[in-house]
Amino acid sequence: MTMKPKEIDKLKDYKYGFTTDIENIKSPKGLNEETIRYISKIKNEPNWMLNWRLKAFNRLKSLKEPNWQKPKYPKINYQELYYYSAPKSFKDKPKSIDDVDPKLIETYKKLGIPLEEQKRLSGVAVDAVFDSVSVATTFKGELEKLGIVFCSISEAIQKHPELVKKYLGTVIPITDHYFATLNSAVFTDGSFVYIPPNVKCPMELSTYFRINASDTGQFERTLIIADKGSYVSYLEGCTAPMRDENQLHAANVELIALDDAEIKYSTVQNWYPGDEKGVGGIYNFVTKRGACRGKNSKISWTQVETGSAITWKYPSCILQGDNSVGEFYSIAITNNHQKADTGTKMIHLGKNTKSKIISKGISAGKADNTYRGLVDISKRAKNSRNYTQCDSLLMGNKCGAHTIPYIKNKNSSSTIEHEATTSKINEEQLYYCNQRGMDQEEAVSLIVNGFCKEVLQQLPMEFAVEAQKLVSISLEGSVG
Amino acid sequence: MLKLKELKASIGEKSIIKGLNLEINPGEVHAIMGPNGSGKSTLANVLSGKDGYTVSGSLKFEDENLQEISIEERARKGIFLAFQYPLEIPGVNTSNFLKTSLNSIRKANGKKELDTISLIKLIKEKASELNIDEKFLSRQLNVGFSGGEKKKNEILQMKLLEPKLSILDETDSGLDIDALRIVADGVNSFKNKNNSFLIITHYQRLLDYIKPDFIHVLSDGKIVKTGCSDLAKELEKTGYKNFN
Ligand SMILES: Nc1ncnc2c1ncn2[C@@H]1O[C@H](COP(=O)(O)OP(=O)(O)OP(=O)(O)O)[C@@H](O)[C@H]1O
Ligand SMILES: [Mg+2]
Repeated sequence: MTMKPKEIDKLKDYKYGFTTDIENIKSPKGLNEETIRYISKIKNEPNWMLNWRLKAFNRLKSLKEPNWQKPKYPKINYQELYYYSAPKSFKDKPKSIDDVDPKLIETYKKLGIPLEEQKRLSGVAVDAVFDSVSVATTFKGELEKLGIVFCSISEAIQKHPELVKKYLGTVIPITDHYFATLNSAVFTDGSFVYIPPNVKCPMELSTYFRINASDTGQFERTLIIADKGSYVSYLEGCTAPMRDENQLHAANVELIALDDAEIKYSTVQNWYPGDEKGVGGIYNFVTKRGACRGKNSKISWTQVETGSAITWKYPSCILQGDNSVGEFYSIAITNNHQKADTGTKMIHLGKNTKSKIISKGISAGKADNTYRGLVDISKRAKNSRNYTQCDSLLMGNKCGAHTIPYIKNKNSSSTIEHEATTSKINEEQLYYCNQRGMDQEEAVSLIVNGFCKEVLQQLPMEFAVEAQKLVSISLEGSVG
Repeated sequence: MLKLKELKASIGEKSIIKGLNLEINPGEVHAIMGPNGSGKSTLANVLSGKDGYTVSGSLKFEDENLQEISIEERARKGIFLAFQYPLEIPGVNTSNFLKTSLNSIRKANGKKELDTISLIKLIKEKASELNIDEKFLSRQLNVGFSGGEKKKNEILQMKLLEPKLSILDETDSGLDIDALRIVADGVNSFKNKNNSFLIITHYQRLLDYIKPDFIHVLSDGKIVKTGCSDLAKELEKTGYKNFN
C-alpha cells in the first residue's frame, strides 16, 4: 500500500468516489497492544471488553493470513495502517442529528442515505458508519417502544453489556481465522440489533458503511440477535472514495436466531473496485456468519456484490436448531480487473434442516469470479436437504468463472442437490433486443437483470430497484 | 419508403442475395415467396442491419442510407422484423422486454417514456386483440412458448411498436387456422396508408386474408417475377419449377 493519499482526478466512473474534507482523529499507526488500548480507551470501554480484544490480539500473533482463496493480493503491511479514524467533531459524540457535522450530513446526502428528519419518513432506520464511528441512528424512539435495540455496537457495549457479553463472539469466536481475529482485536464500530421475543420489526433496519480517511482499515462488527419468535430484515450498503492505494475492509457480522425467529440480511456492496487498469480499490475480506440456534429458525443472506478490487467472503449458516432453514442468494459481478471469491457455508447440525443456495456470478473484462461453497450435513442432521444452484454468465473471452462446491453428507437420509450452468451472453439474443430498439447497454442490462432476477427478488423493494441499476452500471461498456 | 437497388449480400464466400431491386411505398403490402434457401430470411436480416453480411448496392429507407445506420437505430426509425424463429431469452420477463423495447423507441423519437401502469394497460389491450392470454406476459420471453405462441408474440410486438415497415418472416408457418385468422386480422387492423409490409410466406392462405399489392418471387437471390395476387394462386398450382 502506498502512503500518499493521491486522489484520482477521473471521478466519472465511480459515482461515490468523492472524499469529504473533515479533520480526523486517528489512532497511532500500526498494529500493537498500544493501538488496541487506545481504541478501547477512546471508546470508554469496560475492562471486560478490553480484555476480550487483547485476548484476540494475542491469538492473532499465532495466526497466519489465509492463502487458499483464489484471488492473490500484494502483502498488506499491517504496521502502516491506522486502526481508528474518527471525524474530529465526534469526540464529543453528537446527541442528536442536529449536532452532526453538516459536512457529514452532506456526504450522506450524496450517498442518498435518508439521515435527515424528512427522510425518516421513507421508513428505513439507518445507522451510518463513517470510517470507524457510528454517526447517527434514526428512528430510535419508535423502535424503542417495541423493545427493539438498534444502535452502534459501542453504545450497546455501554448500555446493554449483558446482551453483548452473552452473544458477542459466539458465532465467530476470537480464535477463528486471521481476518476475523484481527477484527475482534481492533474493531471500531458497527451496528447492534436486538429484537425481543415475538416482535416483528416493522421496518427495514439499515447500516451504511463508508471508508473516507486514507490509509485506514475499516473493521466493523455487527451483531444481530433475533429472540424467540421474532423477525428482522437488515440491509447493509457500502461505498468508499476513489484512492489509488488499496484499502482494507475486514468486517465481522454475527447473526443469532433463536427458536422460531427469522433474520433476513441483505448487502448491497459497492466499494470502489479500482480503476480499469486495476489500480486501487477496496480489499473486502469479510466474515459473516449466522447461527440458527433455535428450532424452526431461519437465516437468509442476500448479497449483491459489485464493488471492491478483491472480494473474499462466505456468509454462512450454522443450522443448529431442528427444522431450521438457511438461505444464501448471491449476485457477484466482476468487471475489469476485479476478483471475487465468494460463496457460502451451510453447516447442517439439527434434524430436518434445510438450506438453499442460489448464486449468480457475472464476469466481464479481465475479471475473475469464483463460487466456493461448502454444504456439510452432519451425522445427527437426519432428513436434511440442500439445494444449490450456481449460474455463471460470461461477457467476452478474457474473463473467468469457477465453481468449487465442497459437499459432505454424513447421513443417508439427507439429500444434496447441485446444479451449475455457465452461459455466455449470446449475440443472437443481443440482436433480437437491438432489433426491438434497445441499444447494447439496454440489452445487456435487460438480460443480466433477468439472469439475476431470483436474487434481486429477495431484496426489499426499494433496494431492489437500486441494486438493479447498480448491476447495469457496473457492466457498462463491457460488451462492445 | 424502402428502395433497394442492386442489393447484394454474402456471408464469407457464399453469396446469397445477388442483385435485388425492390421499392415499397407507404401503404403498400408486398409479399415475397420463393423456394427454401432462396434468400428470403437473409433479405429480412440484411434490412434489419444484422451483423455478419457483406452488403453492397443501395439500401434507402425514407431517403436515408441504411448501411450507415445501426440495428437499433433502424428499429427506432420504424423497421420491424417478425422473426421466422423467435429467440428465447431465459430470465427476461415478456412484459419487461416489451416495456424496455417500447420505451427505447419512444425515447429515441422524442416521446415521453410510458410508466409501468400505462404500459401494462397498453400491452394487455393489444394482447387481448390477438387473443393472447395475459399469463404469457409474465413468462420468460418465448421460453417454452409453442411455435404458434411465439409467432403471435412477434405480432404483439409489432402492434405495440407501430413500425413504419413491418417485415414478417413466415409468421404464418406454424399457426393453426384460428391463429392465422387472428394474426391476419391483427395485421389488417394495424395497416393504414402510412405503413407498409413485406410479408415472407410459403402459402397463399395468408394472402387470402392479407391482400398484397404485389407478389414477388425470389429465386436464387433475385426477384425473378413480380405480379398481383393471381401469382400466388398460380404458384400454388405449379410450384417454383418455372422460375429456376
Ligand atoms: N450463416 C450462414 N452461413 C452460410 N450460409 C448461410 C448462412 N445463412 C444462410 N445461409 C445460406 O443462404 C441461403 C439462404 O438462406 P435463407 O435463410 O435466407 O433462406 P430462406 O429463403 O429464408 O429459406 P426458408 O424458406 O427455408 O426459410 C441458404 O442456402 C442458407 O443455407
Ligand atoms: Mg427463411
